[in-house]
Amino acid sequence: MVDPRTTIISDRLRAITRIIAVSSGKGGVGKSMVATTLALSLARRGCSVGLFDLDFTSPSTHLILGAEKAQPKEDKGIIPPEVKGLIYMSLIYYSRDRAAPLRGADVSNALIELLSVTQWGKLDYMIIDMPPGIGDVVLDLLRLVKRIEFLIVTTPSLLAFETVKKQTMLLKDLKVPVIGVLENMKMNKSEGIERETKRLGLKYLGEIPFDPRVEDAIGDEKKLFRTMIAKKIQEIILTKNIIDN
Amino acid sequence: MHEWALAEAVIATAQQIAEKEKLKEVKDVTVKVGELQQVEKEILLFALSQLKPPSFKNTKFHLTKSKATLKCRACGNTWVFSKRKLSPDEAEAIHFVPEVAHTYIKCPKCGSPDFEIVKGRGIWLENIRGLK
Repeated sequence: MVDPRTTIISDRLRAITRIIAVSSGKGGVGKSMVATTLALSLARRGCSVGLFDLDFTSPSTHLILGAEKAQPKEDKGIIPPEVKGLIYMSLIYYSRDRAAPLRGADVSNALIELLSVTQWGKLDYMIIDMPPGIGDVVLDLLRLVKRIEFLIVTTPSLLAFETVKKQTMLLKDLKVPVIGVLENMKMNKSEGIERETKRLGLKYLGEIPFDPRVEDAIGDEKKLFRTMIAKKIQEIILTKNIIDN
Repeated sequence: MHEWALAEAVIATAQQIAEKEKLKEVKDVTVKVGELQQVEKEILLFALSQLKPPSFKNTKFHLTKSKATLKCRACGNTWVFSKRKLSPDEAEAIHFVPEVAHTYIKCPKCGSPDFEIVKGRGIWLENIRGLK
């Protein structure tokens, strides 16, 4: 018996120019916030952008976007709704506000199902909010989405960066492009993460200062764009020309 | 018409297998449909018939049903899925992504959501037969 779903995945993603997984070794580094803000920033520049939340067991991008009422349509597959200018897909449409206690094999199956039935259409960018670590979703995406690139988020903590090292070693071994490392929630002056990132042979994209206003900006795009996270992400996109094609 | 997307996957896979096995004409394709996903058989068959490539002109599609069996990892209880205990919204959510069964179904014996979907999850390409 053959699972037919994986055959169609490359077709479903064919019209997407760049697929960027926003990833981290550890949880709590602000990955979802970075992924959402990056997606919104690209959309504000006139790009067509999809945001795909693959943190199945702890999804949060729907809260950042204020997308609680959004629902996909069904037409020869699943058509994700447009939320704040983004084509937005999440398991939350189906698990709603309830827990989704999934083991590894279930995570893989849910991921393959969504990749095989979601009709994204033509996009300049797909931004993926990844679960932390190098578990099933990372391994499945590396297997199924050949054009994937990674953007790594860390905090200034060496504990967070230690996991980044392992993650980037894996990606390097597999020859998967890493756009660079973004240092989030920076509170003090230090060059440790920048130095370590360069030592790994990776690009240090910059730092985002810790901004207590971020919490209050959850669900409010206008407030979000007044925070340092949005300012810095736009700066990186605009001036450093790192994400832009 | 979520079944349409699944049908596309079946056709693409069947075509791949037919090419690999150098089949000039595909006579029969058998698809196993798991009950957990509650796929509408008529819609799936219609979509398959509409999506046929030329080498599948005379292909007959056969659907076989597989009961969804769930096994609790906490207490070992095994039971058969029934959508009767679910609300229409819950059943529909499982139709789109069968794994959200873990959100809405609990072991009837011990109440745990930690169960294995032993069989009857989604759709499988079971068999393909043709002329070389």
